[in-house]
Amino acid sequence: MRDAVDYISRHRVAAVVLFLIAFPWLMPYEALAINILIFGLFAVGFNLLFGYTGMLSFGHAAFLGSGSYFAGMAVVHGSWPWYAAIAAGTLGATAIGLLMGLLAIRARGIYFSMVTLALAQCVYYIFYQADRWTGGENGLRGVKVSAIKLFGVELNFVDPLTKYYIVLAFVALALWFVSRVLASPFGAVIETVRENERRSAACGYDVARTKLVVFVLSAAICGLAGTLRALHLSVVPIDSLHYLTSGHAVMMCLLGGMGTFFGPFVGAAVFLYLEDVVTTWTKHWMLVVGTVFIVFVLFFPRGIWGSILHWVRRGDA
Amino acid sequence: MRYGKFLALSEVSVAFARNTLTAIIGPNGAGKTTFFNVISGALRPSYGRVIFDGRDITGSPQHAFARMGIAKSFQITNVFPQLSTHENVRVAVQMRRARFDILTPRDSLTELTDKADQLLATVGLADARRRPAADLAHGQQRCLEIALALACEPKLLLLDEPTAGMSPEETVAMMDLIVTLAGERTVILVEHKMKLVMGICQRVIVLHHGELLAEGSPEEVRANAEVKRVYLGQGV
Repeated sequence: MRDAVDYISRHRVAAVVLFLIAFPWLMPYEALAINILIFGLFAVGFNLLFGYTGMLSFGHAAFLGSGSYFAGMAVVHGSWPWYAAIAAGTLGATAIGLLMGLLAIRARGIYFSMVTLALAQCVYYIFYQADRWTGGENGLRGVKVSAIKLFGVELNFVDPLTKYYIVLAFVALALWFVSRVLASPFGAVIETVRENERRSAACGYDVARTKLVVFVLSAAICGLAGTLRALHLSVVPIDSLHYLTSGHAVMMCLLGGMGTFFGPFVGAAVFLYLEDVVTTWTKHWMLVVGTVFIVFVLFFPRGIWGSILHWVRRGDA
Repeated sequence: MRYGKFLALSEVSVAFARNTLTAIIGPNGAGKTTFFNVISGALRPSYGRVIFDGRDITGSPQHAFARMGIAKSFQITNVFPQLSTHENVRVAVQMRRARFDILTPRDSLTELTDKADQLLATVGLADARRRPAADLAHGQQRCLEIALALACEPKLLLLDEPTAGMSPEETVAMMDLIVTLAGERTVILVEHKMKLVMGICQRVIVLHHGELLAEGSPEEVRANAEVKRVYLGQGV
């Protein structure tokens, strides 16, 4: 059993993508599956900073939201093609990540978290006020992409299943990238920063620069998730930038397992599925999800996926 | 070195010759750790300069020291707890040998893995390579500290009480290791257990109340009247 798990670990991207290819058939409807893909990617991007580098940001909605807005504005105001919009959204979010990172990295621990929260609120208000461009509190509407032309093939983006697989293509690419980074020499440096900053610096690593690079990479991944969300929903709600969305990223990672590659995805899936299911019974879905969350943090600190992995691997010398 | 109103170190001017083993000793509160932190890059001195190999490195950031060839081990064990013993050393070796890289799988860089295995063998931790560093016994963790310091291929090795908390057998093994290492590089040792250092060092520096009390060969220091007065009854 453990050999199987180790094999899957070594080919983790392929395993996850295969699972995600089959995923729509496990979900009651495709829109939920697409939402899980997008927020799964958001959580994976966030986890790069949180689980692997050990930095808790309360401001990651800034990247999801600005990714959505830049992509949305490119389509609505500039009539840009879909691929340019995705690029614009991702680059825009990355730029905001660089600015926020430069300011936030100087702070440590809880102060870092507070600074990211404050900076994300600044981003929220800037987008809120620029309502000529962003639609203000009504959000940005009309982000319509109905067809995607790829290598001469025209794909119907409106059909939910087609949309799912197009989004999956981008998510798969991003997951491959994150996996490579984590397995690279730089990935090892990231972990030393989480484990012991003093020791990392004493060994010769520029801790501040490492933190900044990870911050920017994390912002880029979350920005990409944002662009996909804008195209999926055809609107960009102002809530994309709200601190509650930042909180969702934290919860999804803790629920799924912050120290693992696939954990954030599992956390996103459970969180969104529960939200979907529970809202059919009661409008107090947050109470139920919140209770589940508390139970996990108290009794399964490794998260769902982290606990599963640990249970399978226990007894390892 | 001034902390607010407290002058932890004053007028301490010392030079260290290449490839020698020097010990810094002194009673508690003498300023040994402050001195160590200044020469190892953890503290910027309030006055004065730190010169290495002819270069003024005062105020350089901590990470620049290892790159320049100055490595240190901490008094309180500072390793990467959740990483395996092997990975601890491998990532330390990586600093010197691999450039910034976000795409190559690190497991394919066998040069680093081999070098890490070599260092683990040098400090006697080859058997423990898979275990998380946090699970190692205290003495083993001290050895891991040394391996981490050696990983950056230093010209100067700074050791802050490397035998702290070790059993007598472990202490002897550590001292033997240090003598071996001192043959090929400059080593500066901060130690509490004076009997240990007297036998193996070429030079001894004695600090007291933040000032330089005496310096010279172990015999000279042992015969020094001031040193005797300070350490009266402590069996120099």
